[in-house]
Amino acid sequence: MKTVVIGVIGADVHAVGNKIIEHVLTEHGFNVVNIGVLSSQEDFINAAIETNAGAILVSSLYGHGEIDCKYMRENCQEAGLNHVKLYVGGNIVVGKQDFKEVETRFKKMGFDRVYPPGTNIEDAVKHLREDLGE
Amino acid sequence: MGAHLLVDFGSTYTKITAVDIDKECIIGTSKAMTTVKTNVLEGLDLALEKLKVSYPDMPEITGVSACSSAAGGLKMAAIGLVEELTVEAAKRACLGAGALVNYVFSHHLSRKEIKQLRNADIDIILLAGGTDGGNKECILHNAKKLRDANLGIPIIVAGNKDAADEIEEMFEDSGQEFYIVDNVMPKLKKLQVKEAKEVIRQIFITKIIEAKGIKKAEEKTGEIIMPTPEAVLLAAELLAKGHEDEEGFGEIMVIDIGGATTDVHTIGEGFPKRSEVILKGLQEPFAKRTVEGDLGMRYSANALLSLVSPYEFKQYYEYDSDIESAARKRHENVDYLPDTAEELAFDKALARICCDYSMSRHVGHVEVVYTPLGNMYYQTGKDLSDINYVIGTGGVLINNEDAKEILKEVNKKSNKKLELRPTDPKILIDRRYILSAMGLLGQKYPKLALKLMKEHLV
Repeated sequence: MKTVVIGVIGADVHAVGNKIIEHVLTEHGFNVVNIGVLSSQEDFINAAIETNAGAILVSSLYGHGEIDCKYMRENCQEAGLNHVKLYVGGNIVVGKQDFKEVETRFKKMGFDRVYPPGTNIEDAVKHLREDLGE
Repeated sequence: MGAHLLVDFGSTYTKITAVDIDKECIIGTSKAMTTVKTNVLEGLDLALEKLKVSYPDMPEITGVSACSSAAGGLKMAAIGLVEELTVEAAKRACLGAGALVNYVFSHHLSRKEIKQLRNADIDIILLAGGTDGGNKECILHNAKKLRDANLGIPIIVAGNKDAADEIEEMFEDSGQEFYIVDNVMPKLKKLQVKEAKEVIRQIFITKIIEAKGIKKAEEKTGEIIMPTPEAVLLAAELLAKGHEDEEGFGEIMVIDIGGATTDVHTIGEGFPKRSEVILKGLQEPFAKRTVEGDLGMRYSANALLSLVSPYEFKQYYEYDSDIESAARKRHENVDYLPDTAEELAFDKALARICCDYSMSRHVGHVEVVYTPLGNMYYQTGKDLSDINYVIGTGGVLINNEDAKEILKEVNKKSNKKLELRPTDPKILIDRRYILSAMGLLGQKYPKLALKLMKEHLV
């Protein structure tokens, strides 16, 4: 069973989507480690180390996601998590911006998958299977 | 039924308490120097002799239970993966079992750390790392390092269960003494220390007691059943929870200020008290013990002084004498007893600082987060603001006239607003020094132990 760490980053308390993601991923056979809302990068990284997770799924809805996710890839590498996949999704930037540009920026920051608002979680499930192998 | 004798082999004194089981009262207490170097029974016999002289019509002794913290107590090393997670869980298992945690290591053990372990005087190693089904690479690496080092110290393996079989094979072949128990953190942030604690106690009873020269006492006392700090923790738990129809005190705290360390025990969930507070970090044990190795009245007096600035120290101490030499005197002469008003005041200042600092480290903290939905708070650790009772024990407090004033340092402070300290709890003192004895008695006679604690803590 593949392990994934999910949570809401920064000073963001949006708990509903987080619960839905946990539910859907569990239904699809993943071992979901949900660290919940108000989580720091360190919380995600520590959880991924102890549980040997294959991917970290970061959610953010309040617009400050870009700041909260800064240097997350570098911090993962610092902690020895070289192979962990980083996904991010939600309202991850301030205001309405062209998603293509947003995606490019986050990929440059080291995220493997970037999702716009309104994404079906099933899409992420498909990607997780591709990235982590079945 | 006669008298039940409770013995505590301390590092300095062998303390005994006799309880009349029929009349449900404490007959008396006495103490004598602990004699580990010659024959530990000498000290015990002397204490018993003294007791019999003071209480000539004492009924016959029909049962004995003993605990020990002699020869440095139980010393352990805790090893895990991430510092805030499995390392912390391992540490809590050790502390909850009444051990002192002298060495703490995270991630992969290095040669330097193995060398430290080799030169260290420790009794047991607790090896954790990874949740069940999680990381096993680290614990396997560390197990291999420990096997190759061949330290001759028993190892308790309490990590990822997926690695258990491989570690078992590894250790079996090498003749390493080992015990495989439940993972101390089976799921992220979930604490599961029961089995690890039980095995620590088993090793303590069967092996450590002998190594420390206390085994001989078993001729007279029967099995020495636990380390003294664990007895105190069990007494506190009994007093908090109550037994059958005898009600307990609810959430309580016990503080023991000693010469080398300050121990704080709390019994209570410590969950957040308000809805906008979110709990972070590893799950807290219901009965929690912390030990501060740099806060003590004698051996640790120097270390304590390095924590506070001279200005801060003056807040506690009004005399003009040389603070450093006063601390050094205590560090070098651990049996020192103050005789002048000035020296007494110095001791009191040390005690108040021990109390204040150990509290800061024991209680939970909150941190403000400014969110678009308003202020929210993270809570790490226990919220102890509703603690009902704070109980002081240990030589310094029970013999000090100002004990209650010293213990007031636990209270909420205006300059430490984010610490979840008690708010004006009732303060009781263990004047007759019976807590560890009652922890022992409670194993057989919980109701009586509870009743006696309620009577004698004043």
